[in-house]
Amino acid sequence: MRAAIIVFPGSNCDHDAYYVIRKVMNKEVDFIWHKEGSLANYDFILVPGGFSYGDYLRAGAIARFSPIMEEIIRCANKGIPVMGICNGFQILIESGLLPGALINNKNVKFLSQNITLKVSSTNSIFTQDFKKDQKLDMPIAHRQGNFFASDDDLKKIQDSDQIAFTYEQNPNGSMCDIAGIFNENRNVLGMMPHPERAAESILGSSDGLAIFQSIIENM
Amino acid sequence: MKAKIYIRYKEGILDPQGTTVGHALNSMGYKEIHAVSVGKFIELNFNDVSKEEATRLTDESCRKLLANPNTESYNFEIVEG
Repeated sequence: MRAAIIVFPGSNCDHDAYYVIRKVMNKEVDFIWHKEGSLANYDFILVPGGFSYGDYLRAGAIARFSPIMEEIIRCANKGIPVMGICNGFQILIESGLLPGALINNKNVKFLSQNITLKVSSTNSIFTQDFKKDQKLDMPIAHRQGNFFASDDDLKKIQDSDQIAFTYEQNPNGSMCDIAGIFNENRNVLGMMPHPERAAESILGSSDGLAIFQSIIENM
Repeated sequence: MKAKIYIRYKEGILDPQGTTVGHALNSMGYKEIHAVSVGKFIELNFNDVSKEEATRLTDESCRKLLANPNTESYNFEIVEG
């Protein structure tokens, strides 16, 4: 198992994710600069949080056109697990790998706080080790995390069990309390909360580690 | 040749920035204003191209990058200069 963490100008959760996979889990992982064109030897691709391109225009809108994105889309279509956290989720949505949009939080504020998530679907490599409705504690840190989808898209997401996580108490106005979703094939996950910042008990919660374990150890 | 592009949220999309600015204007005494929306204004400057070409390129730029079709609508005008 070898993981790739994509680095854009402005990524800032890349080292946290690297630490979890390399130091906490003792697995192979590389940073991949966004100008690279190949992810041929990787089994898991992580698009980390941060402020790629300063969130100019819309969060994730510019990063979506980085050279590595075509390769990420190709790998995702081949079935390789791809996970986007926070800004990574925004980038995956802008790229069209995930449906909907992430708009400004309903109170216009940047929210940095600990929240409780509920596992909504256990039918994926990312969540199969959990129980349905299991509660997970981890932080959020975002300004544009308010999930929005058209009525048709939302119905499709609900009907095909694509909601991965919901907030126990909705912090940002997301439709149906959505905190994370899968693509139709269930190998792409986007989530606003930060599991990589909740991977050791010294950080207040190790619930996030279980998501990484679910992906990496079920490969 | 220049394109002046206006991007705004679609009907029904939460615009917390617009709402907040609206509240501020109301509390300043401008009771006549009942709704505010905040969008984006983008200007593109073209090399020597025809108006038709500038229109085509602007529309393509809006669709591919400048506006998010899920949440935003856009319109633009092409002007000389």
